[in-house]
Amino acid sequence: METARALRRQHKTYDVTASGKEAQKINVGQMERVLCTVGGGALALYALNRLSRWHLGLALAGGALVYRGLTGHCPVYQTAGFTTVNPSQDAGLHLQKTITVYKPRDEVYQSWRHLENLPRLMPHLDSVQRLDNRRSHWVANGPFGINLVWDAEITEEQPPEFIAWRSLPGTNPRHEGMVRFRQALDGHGTEVQVSMIYRPPGGVAGAALARVLKTMAVHNMQEDLRRFKQMLEAGEVATGANQTYQRV
Amino acid sequence: MRAVCWYGKNDVRTEIVPDPQILNPHDAIVKITSTAICGSDLHLYNGYIPTMQQGDILGHEFMGEVVETGREVTQVQRGDRVVVPFTIACGHCFFCQRELWSLCDNSNPNAWMAEKLYGASPSGLFGYSHMLGGYAGGQAEYARVPFANVGPIKIPDSLADEQVLFLSDIFPTGYMAAEHCHIQPGDIVAVWGCGPVGQFAIKSAYLFGAERVIAIDRVRERLHMAQEHGGAQILNYDEVDVLEALKELTGGRGPDACIDAVGLEAHGTSVGALYDRAKTAMYLATDRPHVLRQAIQACRKGGTVSIPGVYGGFLDKVPFGAAFAKGLTFTMGQTHVHRYLRPLLARIERGDINPAFVITHRLSLEEAPQGYEMFKHKDKSCIKIVLKP
Repeated sequence: METARALRRQHKTYDVTASGKEAQKINVGQMERVLCTVGGGALALYALNRLSRWHLGLALAGGALVYRGLTGHCPVYQTAGFTTVNPSQDAGLHLQKTITVYKPRDEVYQSWRHLENLPRLMPHLDSVQRLDNRRSHWVANGPFGINLVWDAEITEEQPPEFIAWRSLPGTNPRHEGMVRFRQALDGHGTEVQVSMIYRPPGGVAGAALARVLKTMAVHNMQEDLRRFKQMLEAGEVATGANQTYQRV
Repeated sequence: MRAVCWYGKNDVRTEIVPDPQILNPHDAIVKITSTAICGSDLHLYNGYIPTMQQGDILGHEFMGEVVETGREVTQVQRGDRVVVPFTIACGHCFFCQRELWSLCDNSNPNAWMAEKLYGASPSGLFGYSHMLGGYAGGQAEYARVPFANVGPIKIPDSLADEQVLFLSDIFPTGYMAAEHCHIQPGDIVAVWGCGPVGQFAIKSAYLFGAERVIAIDRVRERLHMAQEHGGAQILNYDEVDVLEALKELTGGRGPDACIDAVGLEAHGTSVGALYDRAKTAMYLATDRPHVLRQAIQACRKGGTVSIPGVYGGFLDKVPFGAAFAKGLTFTMGQTHVHRYLRPLLARIERGDINPAFVITHRLSLEEAPQGYEMFKHKDKSCIKIVLKP
């Protein structure tokens, strides 16, 4: 229950209001804001009392820090995709991708639900072993040739609409996910939307590393979804396997 | 086996490479009896297409005999003589089901690359860069053909290779370009480019009932072929002002439909064309829209601009205001070959058309490098080269 609700809350909906509120997201932590406001104010006051170009620069810098503290928004952080708000809670890496499969929803749901099938469909999964009706043991090909191993349980499911799951405590990296199945293309197709939150170990440092890996993770997720679609529609995964690399 | 391999700009070599293998359950292996060099192969030869790697096997127009099939192949078997469409299609996705075969969702293993550039990936192609699948091409002795239940069409023994080879690409390409013009009785169609695709576009326009086709080029042999074989009225753009001439020949209205069978490597000597050349030479632009500009300018109000000519990247200074003001319809894209295989084969069998008329040269695979040079410079009256492995 908790996972599904949490995911729905954090689900990216791409609603940007006309005023561009999305752009003004708070990404500076509380303590940091206090320090910015106080320190920036002091710097500005100090600089304004002296007349020179250098001190004018300092005054502007102080002003910027005050702005940052008061609004809680830092454009530099935003560009880097960084945030110091509630590091323990929001250091999660959010990934979301959607693909449309040209098969009816029931069929797509069942293909996904038979978890042991997924490695055949998704190249980044090595194996999935069903432990009981809700629990399963997963092995995946992680970055740098490391195998990722974890146990997961389905926390909530509603055929043929969604399946929510989370990794069991004691395994790394902790993550939760949800896959939603929506009818599309006049009932002939299904939109498959996967949302995942990874909570990497190592606090803020781990989160920074995870952000670096995010591009790779998103790409892998997209490619896994693409192959899932290819298997269901065409019955095979396309390969070019150019022969030129093996010269006679 | 022997194959024609790309090594860089103006550098193709015929080499010994490993034979193809069955990799997927719907694959077939075809032993190639005839293949050809396409005008779009010249874009690869001239270095305009990104994501090519040294050693890539070229060629996307081929036919031959099925020698091996994967375990899920039911529609063809060993010994069948087939022509293979240059676009690879799975047959089951949304696009294939709507007969938009060249937009197949599932036939490009490197779809993510094309998505980055185009927003979505078209189908995979034989021998046309890694962004479009990295599939080995058909200028070779053998080729691996994916989705063999969907693509290859069986050919009766009564027809020679040269009569049917061009079902793989250029005949359906010219035909689709003409079909998309929605030709009405009395219509006048202008075709830029009298290469093989242009020749088939001219013939197809008449098949669709055009009153007159005006063909534009500057190469004498190509204009001659357009006139003699195609029945077109010809304009040499080196000798006349094309826009003026088109106006005069259409009672001041402009052609009802304009077909751009030239694409990104358009040649011209106008100020606009020289501008395009300079920009692409400095890599500030990727494509040269000289022909497209003329087509837009010439087309009558409410007419159609039909574009089979390949474009790859970005265009500069296209008179979109003119297109908007005149309410033009644009139609374009890679050919949905699968749609046309059976109807056009029937036309060939009935004797409505013999596509072999475009062939001017027949070479071996070993002569392919010279062939590319000759085709590029249009030497020796070269219009279409067929290769016999």
